[in-house]
Amino acid sequence: MIENVSIYELLTLTTILFFIGLYGFLTRKNLITMLMAIELLLNTSVINFVVINKYLYPDVLQGVYFSIFIIAVAAAETALAISIIINLYRLRTSVDITETETMKY
Amino acid sequence: MEQVIFYIFAIIIVVMAIASVTSRKILRAVIYLLMSLLGIAALYFMMQYNFLGAVQMAVYAGGIIILFIFAVLLVHQIEGKLEEPSTGRKIGMAALSLFGLGITLVTIYSHKFTVVEASKDFDVKDIGRGLLGTGEGGFILPFEVISIILLAAMIGSIIIAKGQKKEVKK
Amino acid sequence: MDFSYTIFILIIPIAMFLLLGFFYNKIKPAISGWIGVAGLTAVAGMSYYTAYQYFFNIPKVDGKFQTFFGFKMNWMNFTDTLRIDMGILLDPISIMMMVVVSTISLMVHIYSRGYMHGDRGYTKFFAFLALFTFSMMGLVVATNLFQIYIFWELVGVSSFLLIGYYYEKPSAVAAAKKAFIVTRFADLGFLIGILLMGYYGGSYDFMELNNPEGFNTILENAPQKFMGISVITTALVLMFMGGAGKSAMFPLHIWLPDAMEGPTPVSALIHAATMVVAGVYLVARMFPMFHFFDDGFALHVVAWVGAISSLFAAIIALTQTDIKRVLAFSTMSQIGYMMLALGVSKYDGHEGLGYMASMWHLFTHAMFKALLFLAAGSVIHAVHSNYLKDMGGLRKYMPITNITFLIAALSISGFPLTAGFFSKDEILVAAFEHNKPIYFITLFIAGLTAFYMFRLYFGIFWGKKKDYEHAPHESPWSMTIPLMFLAFMSIASGYLPFSEWVTADHEAIHGHIGLFSNLGVIHWDMAAIAIVTGLLGIAIAWFFYKKPTDYPAKISAAFGRFYKWTYNKFYIDEVYMFITHKIIFKRISTPFAWFDKKVVDGTMEGIGNRTVDFSKLIKGVQSGKVQDYAFAFVGGVFVLVLIVLYML
Repeated sequence: MIENVSIYELLTLTTILFFIGLYGFLTRKNLITMLMAIELLLNTSVINFVVINKYLYPDVLQGVYFSIFIIAVAAAETALAISIIINLYRLRTSVDITETETMKY
Repeated sequence: MEQVIFYIFAIIIVVMAIASVTSRKILRAVIYLLMSLLGIAALYFMMQYNFLGAVQMAVYAGGIIILFIFAVLLVHQIEGKLEEPSTGRKIGMAALSLFGLGITLVTIYSHKFTVVEASKDFDVKDIGRGLLGTGEGGFILPFEVISIILLAAMIGSIIIAKGQKKEVKK
Repeated sequence: MDFSYTIFILIIPIAMFLLLGFFYNKIKPAISGWIGVAGLTAVAGMSYYTAYQYFFNIPKVDGKFQTFFGFKMNWMNFTDTLRIDMGILLDPISIMMMVVVSTISLMVHIYSRGYMHGDRGYTKFFAFLALFTFSMMGLVVATNLFQIYIFWELVGVSSFLLIGYYYEKPSAVAAAKKAFIVTRFADLGFLIGILLMGYYGGSYDFMELNNPEGFNTILENAPQKFMGISVITTALVLMFMGGAGKSAMFPLHIWLPDAMEGPTPVSALIHAATMVVAGVYLVARMFPMFHFFDDGFALHVVAWVGAISSLFAAIIALTQTDIKRVLAFSTMSQIGYMMLALGVSKYDGHEGLGYMASMWHLFTHAMFKALLFLAAGSVIHAVHSNYLKDMGGLRKYMPITNITFLIAALSISGFPLTAGFFSKDEILVAAFEHNKPIYFITLFIAGLTAFYMFRLYFGIFWGKKKDYEHAPHESPWSMTIPLMFLAFMSIASGYLPFSEWVTADHEAIHGHIGLFSNLGVIHWDMAAIAIVTGLLGIAIAWFFYKKPTDYPAKISAAFGRFYKWTYNKFYIDEVYMFITHKIIFKRISTPFAWFDKKVVDGTMEGIGNRTVDFSKLIKGVQSGKVQDYAFAFVGGVFVLVLIVLYML
């Protein structure tokens, strides 16, 4: 644990970050910036795992392992998402989210 | 002392995150994200999870941010301002976020966490043994699965991003 | 005696209808004509056989004829008391009617082979004729009120189809609609009457209702009095309303003149001999009840309606120029005779003379009226026009038609020794014995009948010779043979010992028995008055019409406005149009139509439209925008969390 820093403060930090990421995802129009907000969300969950591991179960390392997995998955997902965005750019010459709204009423 | 440092890093992280989601220039948003991620890595270091901090910096800052920058370059979005969302949207989403924030914080603060003191230190050797351990508490299976995921992601992204082959006319 | 073969009397016509109806594209017209004639010959043969067996070979019980059932079947059961049976009832009047219907139908079938030759819908015509025969037969052999009502409506449908046979003529279509609507309106009264009768009388079956022993129990069970008359009498009067509509009694007669738009064989079969007497038959069938309740109040209604209609029609017939319309009004007048004869009749023995006379007149009238119509058809076929002004001097060209028409005209005028003389005489006697005012009206009408009939005869066959574009020729044998047969029957049916066979209480009225002894027991004093009146009418017509004179013109000018009213049939049609258009359509139908369109349709469509509007409102949920979906997702999660944490 970090000295003099309670778990509550850390959890508050991660919560704030999570909702900033959520705000960014809901507000942004450009696909790439939306993806960046998603990265922020994933990161926040990683911090949460680590904090819980450090503060509540300091003798084991499950949180760390899981965090590694999350980071790996996030990386893979970002790569795939970028390639899809590139493909979309080829079709529509734009990376606006409004170009992807065709499946509607 | 740690408290002060923690607060400085926390403020950096939050400010950079907000800047990233509200910036109107895309490259700046990417850089702000980078700063935010580096701040998070600093937090890991403060918690004595050195390996994790290094992984965070290498994968995120070194890999993903570069990927983003290349993506921005490939879609020719590097110049020009991004559109701002309408005010109504901003207010609505902000309200939702604050609402959610409120609920979550209330829930967190009303729970009693029983904090346990750390008894020993860990180093990379322990992480390695745990990650590839086959016995009790071993994570070998998820490790292999992750490697498959990464392979699949690689192949997938290559195929998707490859595009149509241009017909060569003789 | 096993009468179950009588079911074929019903099955053969309906089978003919279905056969001709389904295969009418594939059957050659000539074949369908022969099918019709063959089927009807079989039906007529069975009817004659039944009549022979019933009247000659089956012993009477207590001097009365018995009622038999050829067939009885319970068709539908609603409750214990509300049952619809189907069956064949055989008693004197139903067998007599069977003979009448089958004979006239057979004659009309033979005649139509010639008359409708070359017409495009020839097979269809025979199919409809078969349907009509089936319906009429079912009506006369009905065992209960519901069955008679069902076949009543079927007869109305057949009449509609046959009147509107020339469907390309708008006047024919309008006439068919008018006939159906007027009779349907009358049938409303009939239905209410049936239901009342069944409820208060306890049964719908004729045998049970008409049983004199049961009348007192019915009276006890139905003591309700409405304006002084019991419910049963109201029911009977309503049923008579249905009969009045079908038999073209005043004021429901308006459809009969227009029904002449149909082909002439149809007029002969339906609107002279068979369908229009269905009302008379109904009253005859329910006669014991009519007679018993409220001292026969219902019978008074019947008698006076009959008398008024008869007089009304006879006056109008004096002035009509379309020969079929003269015959139509004549039919109405003669049916009025039958009604009034029933109306003045009592029940037991000799008192039931009116009943017997009415039935006898029904029989003879069927013969000579059908003959008159078929002969008129023959004339119309020759000159291609319905109007008197286009005819004259036809006796040289059409001898057979001339003689047969003359015989029929003599018969209807009550000339001595013809059938009409006998039956009309009995009616006059019955009227004299029970109701003197009606007697005098009837006598006057007899004179008018003779006059207008001979006006018609002289107008067609005598008078100055017209210059015809192409000389009219006598009709082919297929048309003249029925004429000859019916002429024979117009004389011979007077010599049938009717009083021995068809009476109200099924017991013979002695004193009128034996072949040719009808001559011996005629009340010669009454007959003399009738003969004189008839001859007077014939003489006046001879004087006016045999050679063209201007007496008719002078007399009609003298009557002035009255003549104009009579010529326009007393404007009854206009009254009806006024009532329906100005009052019913404008005041009643229009608000209902408004209600139906705006409120009922509005609600139904409104439900649909509001559903569409609502769906348009919520279709925005499926916007295709990922961010909206994420918003809903996250928002929903928070709400659920709130609910779970704090409310549960």
